[in-house]
Amino acid sequence: MLRTRAAFGLSMAFALLTMTSTLALAQDAGQVLRIGNGSEPQTLDPQISENTQDSHIERDLYEGLVVIDKDGKVAPAQAESWSVSPDGLVYSFKLRPGLKWSDGTPLTAEDFVYSWRRAVDPATGSKYSFLYYPIKNAEDIATAVNKDVKSLGVRAIDPQTFEVTLKSPTGYFTRLIGHARFLPVNKAAIAKYGNQFTRPGNLVTNGAFMLKDWTPQSRIVAVKNPNYWDAANVKLSEVDYYPIENQNEELKRYRAGELDVTNEVPSDQVDFIRKDLPGELKIVPYLGSYYMGFNLSQPPFKDNLKLRQALSLVIDREAIVAKITKTGEQPAYSWVPPGIAGYQSQFLDWKTMPMPERIAKAKELYKEAGYGPDKPLNLEIMYNTSENHKKIMIAIASMMKQALGVNVTLVNQEFKVFLETRKEKKATQLFRAGWIADYADPNTFAELLQSDAGLNDMGYNNPEYDKLVKTAAVTVDPEKRIQMLQDAEKLVIRDLPMMPIYDYVNKRMIKAYVQGFDLNILGYFYSKNVTIAKH
Amino acid sequence: MFSFVAKRLLGAVPTLFVIITIAFFMIRLAPGGPFDSERAVPAEIQENLNRVYHLDQPLVGQYWLYLKSVLEGNFGPSFSYKDYSVTELIWAGFPVSMELGLTAVFLAVIIGGALGSLAALKQNRTADYTIMTAAMTGITIPNFVMAPLLTLVLGVYLRVLPVGGWGDGHELKYKILPVVALALPQIAYVSRLTRGSMIEVLRSNFIRTARAKGLSEWLTVTRHAARAAFLPVVSYLGPACAGIITGSVVIEQIFSIPGIGRYFIQGALNRDYTLVMGVVIFYGVLIILFNLLVDVLYGVLDPKLAHR
Repeated sequence: MLRTRAAFGLSMAFALLTMTSTLALAQDAGQVLRIGNGSEPQTLDPQISENTQDSHIERDLYEGLVVIDKDGKVAPAQAESWSVSPDGLVYSFKLRPGLKWSDGTPLTAEDFVYSWRRAVDPATGSKYSFLYYPIKNAEDIATAVNKDVKSLGVRAIDPQTFEVTLKSPTGYFTRLIGHARFLPVNKAAIAKYGNQFTRPGNLVTNGAFMLKDWTPQSRIVAVKNPNYWDAANVKLSEVDYYPIENQNEELKRYRAGELDVTNEVPSDQVDFIRKDLPGELKIVPYLGSYYMGFNLSQPPFKDNLKLRQALSLVIDREAIVAKITKTGEQPAYSWVPPGIAGYQSQFLDWKTMPMPERIAKAKELYKEAGYGPDKPLNLEIMYNTSENHKKIMIAIASMMKQALGVNVTLVNQEFKVFLETRKEKKATQLFRAGWIADYADPNTFAELLQSDAGLNDMGYNNPEYDKLVKTAAVTVDPEKRIQMLQDAEKLVIRDLPMMPIYDYVNKRMIKAYVQGFDLNILGYFYSKNVTIAKH
Repeated sequence: MFSFVAKRLLGAVPTLFVIITIAFFMIRLAPGGPFDSERAVPAEIQENLNRVYHLDQPLVGQYWLYLKSVLEGNFGPSFSYKDYSVTELIWAGFPVSMELGLTAVFLAVIIGGALGSLAALKQNRTADYTIMTAAMTGITIPNFVMAPLLTLVLGVYLRVLPVGGWGDGHELKYKILPVVALALPQIAYVSRLTRGSMIEVLRSNFIRTARAKGLSEWLTVTRHAARAAFLPVVSYLGPACAGIITGSVVIEQIFSIPGIGRYFIQGALNRDYTLVMGVVIFYGVLIILFNLLVDVLYGVLDPKLAHR
């Protein structure tokens, strides 16, 4: 009798325990967002970071003067307002009153002064310090010509007013500072912990979330920051970021309910996803271009525009996005992908021409370029090793072979070897390339094709183009500036130093109960806007 | 015995030195550097980065600097995980990899040994054929095929076990699938080895003597045959540990396990010189130690071999 009663009591206690623990679990699980985040972040130091996966986390942990909202527009964040001098050189940012760091200490304009100086200081070793170049003296400081870091054109007028002086007017400046490299860091924490300041327990941030736990290669846990100015509107209690590189494994963990949002979607699973997980695949345009570069510094493409045109014409971009990439990528006919507010992308004039006509035209040009069935072009296409690239390259090669009889050899190299080969401009003829915008302005694309640009592996050199892009960069009048950039893009489309293939999209799997996970054209999301609905 | 171990350890020093030297110059031979990416970075910035990370000095100078810091027990900062030093990354990942690897080896020896012995005792009967067919299948299916298959069935369809991750490191459910995936080929291999040698041993004179003296079958097998039959298995343990280590590179990637195996591949692809070197040296030491351990164990099990 005693024994049964004891057993009864025990089982009751156990039942109660499981009930409370499931209740507690339900509450916790309620507002926790679990995100697949690609590879392990390189660092959570916003001035040192280079990769998108770092920036995703940093935009939750830190907050800059402005944010780029879901429509790709500049919106107030730590700064509640700002004004620009008539000559476009001086920006004055008014910070929100009562801003605090996650440790409760006040955040002032001096913090931005400190952080931005730190970014350009060569001793910091920031790869992205060049983003600061529009600011007065930034370039000279970053390249150690000017040793006085304090001469950078930033100062605190008073604790709530941060003033920036530019080298020359920069029409896209507020768009630029939405980049994660402009996020502020905590001076006291860096002074105290040195290069260990990003560790859990040490890291002090000013964003909607703060770092709680970081197990390399496993997960990063951020919890709601009670000192954040808009904490009342932050619904999530926790965000977990999982570094999972393999897209198929990531999808499996998503399907097993271990993730709420994925970082990527494997294209070979898209048919399955559309059929079995309808409504969970989210695709939004991404400001980036997948293109093929022509090496213009040597034959066969040097001084042979007609050959470049002929090859570009025969690529059936619609077929590539429909049959290979499959996830809503847009066939590309311009250098700057469409979608930047206020900018008109310049398209190749045969954009709407049907394929048979394009091929007929290409055959003529191919002949005029000095090639034909009896004297076919022998072409080498180079790309970095990847199954996805390989499929696209095979398609391109067979389209060229079929339409023009071009003999193509495909050569692939490991990524870093490939980048080196491309840069040397000796072994390449036609090569794969891609560019993702740093900020939502055509300038980020225009700069890349300048004759002295670091990534102009085509060797495109058009003084007229260089002049247009350089003048546009210092033009105050927004309309004139945009017009110049559009004129510059017209030159690119005319000279064809590369052929656009498709414009990138951002694709993620998002569970139906995740609300407010908005991706903008730069692929940014802010977890502060997310709510987990009952499910 | 002591002098044998001391001699072997002393001999390991030049081996390690050669490993470090070859690895150091090999990784530098690969084109590209840790800071290359598909990004337009001004040349001056690139130079500044090289200066900050001491990559602007002549290679031989860097080599001596590196040797010096390794002797001091410092593997330097990681290029691609900048908030951590290589030593920290290795010490954070090693317990995880070790737990995974040792459990797999343990399972392989116990299960493989038992299955192999059983097959030998029931030679040419149904049990033998079943076990050996299963073993053959286990050897031929690589774990990068087996692992995704296991996760798909048990994780996605049945949802009984997690597909990946490591939890907080104390939960058993995260460990089952990776350990099984890692151990399966080894179990198969060990069982085949055991079967072969057990059959041979069971036919030898001292077993016949034991049986003739009226010893029970159980005691004959466990006390006399097993000890001799496990010798090939022990000598296989050295390469098995190496196999487990390389296998864990794949398994850790598939299951997103925070061990050190993943750093091997990622470090090389990122041109994270210090991380690759750190992992190479660490694995080098580990394999040398394992081989030594196997040799010592061999001496203990086989009285014919006496170490001077």
